[in-house]
Amino acid sequence: MNHPSSSHWLRRRKLKEGIFRVLMAAAVVVVIGCLVLIVGTIVWKGLPAMNLSMITQTPKGGYYLGREGGILNAIVGSLYLASGATVLAILFSLPVVLYINVYAQKHSRLASLTRFSLDVLWGIPSIVYGAFGFIIMIFFGLRASLLAGILAVGLLEFPIMSRAADEVIRMVPRELLEASYSLGATRLETALKVVIRQCLPGLLTAVLIAFGRGIGDAASVLFTAGFTDRIPTSLFQPAATLPLAIFFQLGTPFPEVQQRAYASAAILTVLILVISLLARGLGKRYTRHIIK
Amino acid sequence: METRTHISVQNLSVYFDELRVLKDVSIDIPDHKITVIIGPSGCGKTTLLKSLNRLLDPLDGVRVGGRVLVDNIDIYDPRTEVTEVRKKMGLLSQRPQVLPMSIYENVAYGPRIHNHIDKKRLGEIVEHYLRMAGLWEEVKDRLGEPASRLSVGQQQRLCLARGLAVGPEIILGDEPTSALDPQSSQNVERRLIELKEEYTVIVVTHILRQAKRIADYIAFLYLGELVEHGPAAEVFANPRDPRMRAYLTGEIS
Repeated sequence: MNHPSSSHWLRRRKLKEGIFRVLMAAAVVVVIGCLVLIVGTIVWKGLPAMNLSMITQTPKGGYYLGREGGILNAIVGSLYLASGATVLAILFSLPVVLYINVYAQKHSRLASLTRFSLDVLWGIPSIVYGAFGFIIMIFFGLRASLLAGILAVGLLEFPIMSRAADEVIRMVPRELLEASYSLGATRLETALKVVIRQCLPGLLTAVLIAFGRGIGDAASVLFTAGFTDRIPTSLFQPAATLPLAIFFQLGTPFPEVQQRAYASAAILTVLILVISLLARGLGKRYTRHIIK
Repeated sequence: METRTHISVQNLSVYFDELRVLKDVSIDIPDHKITVIIGPSGCGKTTLLKSLNRLLDPLDGVRVGGRVLVDNIDIYDPRTEVTEVRKKMGLLSQRPQVLPMSIYENVAYGPRIHNHIDKKRLGEIVEHYLRMAGLWEEVKDRLGEPASRLSVGQQQRLCLARGLAVGPEIILGDEPTSALDPQSSQNVERRLIELKEEYTVIVVTHILRQAKRIADYIAFLYLGELVEHGPAAEVFANPRDPRMRAYLTGEIS
């Protein structure tokens, strides 16, 4: 190989490296820019309407015309609904991911079929979950209610949580499982005492991602949870949700009510943030034993 | 010297998919001795060791032919309870695998699974086995700390204590010192030599000098075949098979 051509080659390689760096930097700017822009817009437009009564009161008469009241109904409704749905999703996700990772064999067809099904479920638009929930409601003679909403949102959250948890549990080193087996532990004992402890932070993230999707989704609760100005006191009453509250407020022709929609969006965002931070804080206490 | 053997391997063949990793291996492992399995890498040493407590079991595409008798029970018989087989053996892996819990809980893990034990008794058990593994003095003031904070050498001794706490009769070591520094290695070797009074020890190693230091009985594997086995002094002094001789002189490694 002669010298001039190899130095030419080197320049081309450096050029490629440079172009790629610029592209990556641009992508990072877009990501951070989007976040700043969205949060900025919500806060900017919502701030004038933000006041204590927004989060301490339910809508009074004529709230949607710009009169007194707040969206406490939607805040509480959303919290009830998303919490219920998340608990429901955990109850189904955990056994599924433990099965495909601890029980099923490595090249198990059932495990790949399960993963494929979860991917498809993940891709289904939430309005379809809403419609599906609606059909089930009619079948059981259920009215639009907190319970129906929890079922629909739980279904929506299930594949998201399962797939995220699956990715975490897959990373558990096989040797760690073998260490537990070699002490005579059964698969169940290994799953519950070793795998879950080892994966706790990742599992927590999976739960939070699912919770975030659940609490922020409007389409799945549109038919199933209904909407009401009251705070639900039983599973069979309809429940308001923040995404729908935003939708209804934005849909009014009054600028001051539209501002409240942005304020509601800010509340929803802060709510998710606070819950994430709380959960992470709690989770920290249990991460000290993890094997790196 | 009693002739009873805990472990008797009879015509064991192991296949990973189509690949035959062990070919018709038969060996009786002598009790209360250190049996060292040696051979070049990839010859099936670890597979043989793992076949003894059915750790091959969960791996996929593994087929096992022949029999492994542990206390006269065929462990590959579908009726055999695999947790009972494993309870009889403590395993030390190449890299120590501590469980994601505290030092105390690592040792208590096995006893808690197998028996209902009250707190006080459990504390005594944990101390006893930590002493046996030569780790007690170093950790007695920080039993609640995560096991992952120990040095690798300490972790391996913790794994030893954890394995002993289940009450096994056999200790399996899969190159148990390969991740350790010389001093920790020596420490582990010393423990194994002490422990053969009470336990039957089987160790896989690719370090010939280590085999010479600790072995009472030698099994030499080459390309999945058990080429030669016998008392260590005999094998090292008078290797019968040319391949064994070649291995000892370093011609194959």
